[in-house]
Amino acid sequence: MKDFGYQAHRDNTIDFEKNDFRIARFLLEREPSLNLCIGCGSCTGTCSTGHFTEFNIRKIHTLIKRGDTEMARKQIRQCMFCGKCQLICPRGINLRNVILGINRALEKI
Amino acid sequence: MINFNLFVLPFSLGLLYLILKIGKDWYKWITTLSPVDKVKFTSGIRNPIQILISLKEVFFEVLIHRKMWKRNPLLGYMHMSFALGWFLLIVLGNIESRFYSGTHLNAPYYPIFLKFFIHDKLVIFFEVYAVPRFFRFIMDLLLLYILSGLLLAFLKRKKSKWFGMKQVTRYQLTDHVALTTLWLIFPMRLLAESFTAGYYGSGGGFMTQPLGNFLTWIVPLPTDLVAYTMWWGYSLVLGIFFVTLPYSRYMHIPTEVLLIFFRNFGIKPKKWYSGYSDTEVHSCSRCGVCLDICQMNLAGIHDSQAVYFIRDVRDKYVSEQISRKCLVCGRCQEVCPVGIHSDSLRLIKRRELSSGQDADYSFVSVSTVRTAEVVYFSGCMSHLTPSIIRSMKGIMEVAGVSYLHLDENRSICCGRPLMLAGKDRQAHDLVEFNKKLIRDARAGILVTSCPICYRVFKEEYNLPIRIQHHAQFLLELVRSGKIPLQSMHRRIIYHDPCDLGRGSHVYEAPRELLGKFSDLLISKEEKNNALCCGGSLGMFEADHQQRDLMTNGALDSLLTFGPEILATSCPLCKKTFGKMNRVPVKDLAELVFESIPDGRIRSASGSVSVPFHPELSSEAESI
Repeated sequence: MKDFGYQAHRDNTIDFEKNDFRIARFLLEREPSLNLCIGCGSCTGTCSTGHFTEFNIRKIHTLIKRGDTEMARKQIRQCMFCGKCQLICPRGINLRNVILGINRALEKI
Repeated sequence: MINFNLFVLPFSLGLLYLILKIGKDWYKWITTLSPVDKVKFTSGIRNPIQILISLKEVFFEVLIHRKMWKRNPLLGYMHMSFALGWFLLIVLGNIESRFYSGTHLNAPYYPIFLKFFIHDKLVIFFEVYAVPRFFRFIMDLLLLYILSGLLLAFLKRKKSKWFGMKQVTRYQLTDHVALTTLWLIFPMRLLAESFTAGYYGSGGGFMTQPLGNFLTWIVPLPTDLVAYTMWWGYSLVLGIFFVTLPYSRYMHIPTEVLLIFFRNFGIKPKKWYSGYSDTEVHSCSRCGVCLDICQMNLAGIHDSQAVYFIRDVRDKYVSEQISRKCLVCGRCQEVCPVGIHSDSLRLIKRRELSSGQDADYSFVSVSTVRTAEVVYFSGCMSHLTPSIIRSMKGIMEVAGVSYLHLDENRSICCGRPLMLAGKDRQAHDLVEFNKKLIRDARAGILVTSCPICYRVFKEEYNLPIRIQHHAQFLLELVRSGKIPLQSMHRRIIYHDPCDLGRGSHVYEAPRELLGKFSDLLISKEEKNNALCCGGSLGMFEADHQQRDLMTNGALDSLLTFGPEILATSCPLCKKTFGKMNRVPVKDLAELVFESIPDGRIRSASGSVSVPFHPELSSEAESI
């Protein structure tokens, strides 16, 4: 492609009719406490993996809720499972189980 | 005379089936041991000393039930009456039968139904000797002994509290069938022998003869027919019991014997499901001792305690959810009278059921590390409790220790949280990476503030250097006089973290350390009986309300004697207890640091500390 000095961004449109919500539904069924998430980002702030990479569990969760699982597929395998996110979460979400659930869902779906 | 009657068939066939089934299972378990364990087993059975030690343990645990006696005398009596009583009944019955049969080789049913067969006129000859009378007395006494245990067993189903148990196990259908037939065996024997003794007017002991006479008097039916029916019933319940035994909880009786031999031959639980694990699973008697002590009760979880988990493993029906619903605190292992390693079984199942997805830890990069005499690995959790790290650094400065804080800015997990999720394969990369970092530092000691890391360093890392939790490290510093302490005169209670206490058997170092500067209280549940704080990384299926219930339960126990400070040596415990705000929670390192006289800290500050990455500010400070 010719370099015009700028580039087009990926289309971020969320099409609720076409997107795949199976993972989101699977997660909520498996770990209902995920409903409590207020998206504060404390989990991502404290994340051990986040100090090395772009890994961002808050973003992954938000995207999964919108039916976009691409980032989860790319990044979730980097989680070290240390559990800091779960301790820091102000809503007491069982985050390690959420990540296990994402792993499980990606394997199945 | 022909010592045979059709009614012996149910018993004989049942016994034959049982022996074949046990033989098949024992063979299966021995042949599915790991190769190393097989060698241990074959050398073990050739060693008479080990055999004797094992037999002694079999006698004390399987027959006497020593651990049950220690737990509750009534419970011990009940178990012993069944085990030892029945065993002696069989042994003495066999000896007794030798006096009558006159041969060395009896049919297996002959001693069991002896009283039916010996009412032959020839026997009168023996009546003049005292020996048969002695046996009649002792056999009746043993039967009475077992019946007293049976009464207690019946009582236990109604009033389990008298036996020191709040909960009893929920049984399966096979358990109920086996239990019912087992309970019927001894009353049937009593009735059969009594009716026979009553019919012939002789041959009974101090219990069966009067009872027989009485029964013959009140029962308006032909006594010989009733007696014969009773013998049939006795044989039938024995037969049914023997056939259901391998599929019920009573399989623990033959299996536990093999397990004791395995254990004494030095065979240990493996990371995968081996013949040893299967032996452990079948050794579970579902006694329910692990039910009451499980803290999941507080959270309203009643389907995943060790006994139910092991039952599901045995039935090959473990859901992923059940395998993950456990604190892995290890309390049930401590009280198990059979000594089943339920935690390692739990982790084996987690490994089997975990998703096969590979992890990607290529991002952890090796950076050059400077060398130091002490490598300090604070652990992920300590980054959430920065005061522990601050105190540790302060203490090491005062003591003049040259240290390297390995995970100061970017912490790499030790791998145990992954292993607790059953992802050992994935944890391997992290373990290898950390090992390289630690080796590069060329330190003499690796000190960690986190018991979770400590345990995995000890068990999985195979490091060539000394590994210490900071409780042990600080104790050594205090003993060698490198850090001066002034007494703080506070009443302190110490909470044993699961991975440091039961997991690594470090009980005394933290207590000795605390005793040097404070008044240490003794708590109700401590050391190997200590409670879990509820924050366990091994638990996946509890929400925060359930965790809080467990935490508050542990705090209730710890605060019984009104301590001023709750001391612990685990950042996770500190964080979990701390959020309840019921008592100031401090780590050992913090308490030691606070007890150092002020002058010493000022004179030492700024002299030793060399940060790992000088250009980056400490993460600990920023949180």
